[in-house]
Amino acid sequence: MRYLPLTPDDRAEMMARIGIVDVDALFVDIPKDKREDELPDLPLAKGELEVERQLAKLAAKNVPAGSVPFFVGAGAYRHHVPASVDHLIQRSEFLTSYTPYQPEIAQGTLQYLFEFQTQVAELTQMEVANASMYDGSTGTAEAVLMAHRVTRRRKAVLAGNLHPHYRATVETVSRYANDAVVALPPAPAGGEDLVAAIDDTVSCIVVQSPDVFGNLVDLKPIAAKAHEMGALLIAVCTEALALGLVEPPGTQGADIVVGEGQSIGNALNFGGPYVGLFATRTKFIRQMPGRLVGETVDAEGRRGFVLTLSTREQHIRREKATSNICTNSGLCTLAFTIHLSLLGREGLTRLARLNHAAACDLSDRLAAVPGVEVLNASFFNEFTIRVPGDAAAVIEALAAKGVLGGVSYARLAPKAGLGDLILVAATETTTEDDRAAYAAALKEVLA
Amino acid sequence: MNREGRGATALTAGSSAQGPKTFTGNRGLDLEEGLIFEVGRAEVSGVDIPEPAAFRPRLGGLERQVAPDLPGLSEPEAMRHYVRLSRMNYGIDSGLFPLGSCTMKHNPRLNEKMARLAGFADLHPLQPVSTVQGALALMAELSRYLLELTGMSAVALQPKAGAHGELCGMMAIKAAHLARGEGHRHVVLVPESAHGTNPATAALIGYEVRAIPARADGTVDVAAVKAALAPEVAALMLTNPNTCGLFEPDVVKIAAAVHAAGAYFYADGANFNAILGKVRIGDLGVDAMHINLHKTFSTPHGGGGPGAGPVVLSGALAPFAPVPCVVARDGVLTLVEDEGAAGAEAALGRMSAFHGQMGMFVRALAWMLSHGADGMRQASEDAVLSANYIRASLKDVMSVPFPDRPAMHEALFDDAWLAGTGISTLDVAKALIDEGYHPMTVYFPLVVHGAMLVEPTESESKASLDLFIATLRDLALAAKAGDTDRFLGAPFYAPRRRLDETRAARAPVLRWVRPAPLDAAAE
Repeated sequence: MRYLPLTPDDRAEMMARIGIVDVDALFVDIPKDKREDELPDLPLAKGELEVERQLAKLAAKNVPAGSVPFFVGAGAYRHHVPASVDHLIQRSEFLTSYTPYQPEIAQGTLQYLFEFQTQVAELTQMEVANASMYDGSTGTAEAVLMAHRVTRRRKAVLAGNLHPHYRATVETVSRYANDAVVALPPAPAGGEDLVAAIDDTVSCIVVQSPDVFGNLVDLKPIAAKAHEMGALLIAVCTEALALGLVEPPGTQGADIVVGEGQSIGNALNFGGPYVGLFATRTKFIRQMPGRLVGETVDAEGRRGFVLTLSTREQHIRREKATSNICTNSGLCTLAFTIHLSLLGREGLTRLARLNHAAACDLSDRLAAVPGVEVLNASFFNEFTIRVPGDAAAVIEALAAKGVLGGVSYARLAPKAGLGDLILVAATETTTEDDRAAYAAALKEVLA
Repeated sequence: MNREGRGATALTAGSSAQGPKTFTGNRGLDLEEGLIFEVGRAEVSGVDIPEPAAFRPRLGGLERQVAPDLPGLSEPEAMRHYVRLSRMNYGIDSGLFPLGSCTMKHNPRLNEKMARLAGFADLHPLQPVSTVQGALALMAELSRYLLELTGMSAVALQPKAGAHGELCGMMAIKAAHLARGEGHRHVVLVPESAHGTNPATAALIGYEVRAIPARADGTVDVAAVKAALAPEVAALMLTNPNTCGLFEPDVVKIAAAVHAAGAYFYADGANFNAILGKVRIGDLGVDAMHINLHKTFSTPHGGGGPGAGPVVLSGALAPFAPVPCVVARDGVLTLVEDEGAAGAEAALGRMSAFHGQMGMFVRALAWMLSHGADGMRQASEDAVLSANYIRASLKDVMSVPFPDRPAMHEALFDDAWLAGTGISTLDVAKALIDEGYHPMTVYFPLVVHGAMLVEPTESESKASLDLFIATLRDLALAAKAGDTDRFLGAPFYAPRRRLDETRAARAPVLRWVRPAPLDAAAE
């Protein structure tokens, strides 16, 4: 077997050193009647060629986003990632390293995480960011738990236009932690009255902008009311690229910012792995979940980086830890930070403008299709259309015409009674031809 | 590389002579590198992006007023920056990485190639299911493999890491108790040798944690479990093989006792690599176990993630699996994404957005297909054989706290052999860095003083194991001979000497801040 270096002779010599003649002598603590005498009922070892053939066959049964006009978003976005990003994250020293618990031989990981923390803080205009979470949705659930610790209250209010998967993730953790959640009803055209939902029993309000329907939300009045009531504003952004063009949550008064960072540097990957962004104010850092990298010096006085404030974490605090989290999203974090370093301020702003322009163009084209209504007054690279009839059926009909036209809101939230809405995203990867093809196909489907 | 003579550390005997100080601070191939904020420039970008045609913005008055202070790098600068950073890291491909409980095995590159096929990597999780039949088939095939290897009834693929899988499994247990009207059960038993994530997970969903002491031989006593079981106990969380590297011999009796008390048995699957194809945990009475795909199934650790932590469930807990799941209907695969759908009313809910760590599923399945049933069992046997070989080869110079049982895939040592030398476990770890190794796990498990947990995995050749053994023997003899210089200041030959962690925690500097301009600083 190509991955196993030991030969039968090696094994015999090693057993002789141990003083056994059969490797099963090492497994004697497994109760005899429970040991597997037969091999598992699975195929035997295969060569690389055979494995590649088998998996390629499965891959070929899918329709890759890049092969068709593609407008699917709703929390995961298809962007162009420079070739150098994927090359660099496959450097062995990044790919095959562990959590940097031995900092003297992990400065590469630690430095890029420190750079990442700085980039996220700058992007969101927050004071401090951690070294990443699993993804945006689990990061949001962690933010709610953090707000409960900070405020010593246990009720979260979720804006109705929070991504339904995020809402469900928060609700799951809250249900089992015995915390209260008030989830407001969706308002597809925006303009939710969130200020009225905040009182002095509330620990936090979770508001997404751009929201799941694509609307941009003015967070400032919400932050003001939250702070008046002693609550925290948790701002969620599922499209990190929007922060290149849209007023960041930090300047609008957010106390915790959670983001999905997939769209910078990371492929769609059918939903994972992704990278959660998590930023807050300095005064809350000891209540923050996740890993943090800090600057220090070595024994010769040279700058270096270490994992720090680990007294918050499970391997030290056990049941008193701020979270049970033990990993971050290391390699996805690296992809994010490399892509953002390549973009820089100029590239980020341009890329964000290009996305916004593509979405504006598409919204104009779709609004001109008879029967279609664009709901949004504002958006970044994603907006919502109302179609006559069942949105899911329209999406299937579009797919049959070779256009992946978005996500039916009802797929995300079947019980909301909003079966005629489609979330439509247009990134820089869509061409003018793609957008024209979408409008033409939609016109045919609705005719 | 040679850095002695700087700072307070004495020169080490036998080291190379100190060369002249360089102008750059570099030492040949050993290159220093500034932060991107120091090497990048605001007006530079490494991505060429066209300006859009004129358009009417729809930002609703919420435009960003101040562009972020993010310097850019051209592509050649970016390549240098990150290649230089990578060279300050140690990975499995650099050398032996015997980090106990982390299973740092070889990461096959075929798996990377497969995960990057456009048919997997360039798929959106919310595409119509008719366009992702191959992806769903892959998830179903991975599930079949995991169920066959564990003998369990159901698998939840969604959890994003081991600790997230623990959370999923413990929520399923809580959901099952609630469904039975036994919500009063508020206590979870956790052996004191457990990973920190176990008590942290139980506490996260409101359980009170009670510790079970370990026996003198490093295993859990069924009598101690029985004594702790009570009507308020919801579950026992047990790592098996345990964190001392031993298989719990009484696991079947423990499971029976837990079930007799109306509680569930959660197994931490961190050490699954030792028993793959040797025993099915379903046959041992386990109700839920997470599987770290990044350990047993070789998906890259990536400097601390991303991981993947699918959870296998017994028949008793299967109805309480989270959404989504893949089901076949009339020969077509579909995703059950909503809690209320398909009779999944009892489901515990959603653990995260979308369907799990697909990129890791592809890699893990590629590993399983490559090894096959025979190769997987051989991998476990080799991992266990290698750990025992290390233990047998070092037991006369280091101290083995639990010598009476065979080790599983980890060899545990304590620091009794260092008594009177003035050298600590940490010093040994740092000296190993100078020898070109990543250190073993140190000071874990907590039940052993100055623990050193060595996990070689199945990926090492005998020559590699022999050199590692010879190195540790040499260090052990040096320590006992009073050669403290090799230890107390170590590492000498790493990109950095020991780092001041106290300073980092006392006044945390967690981001780079642009220095004030010189004229402002002078005021």
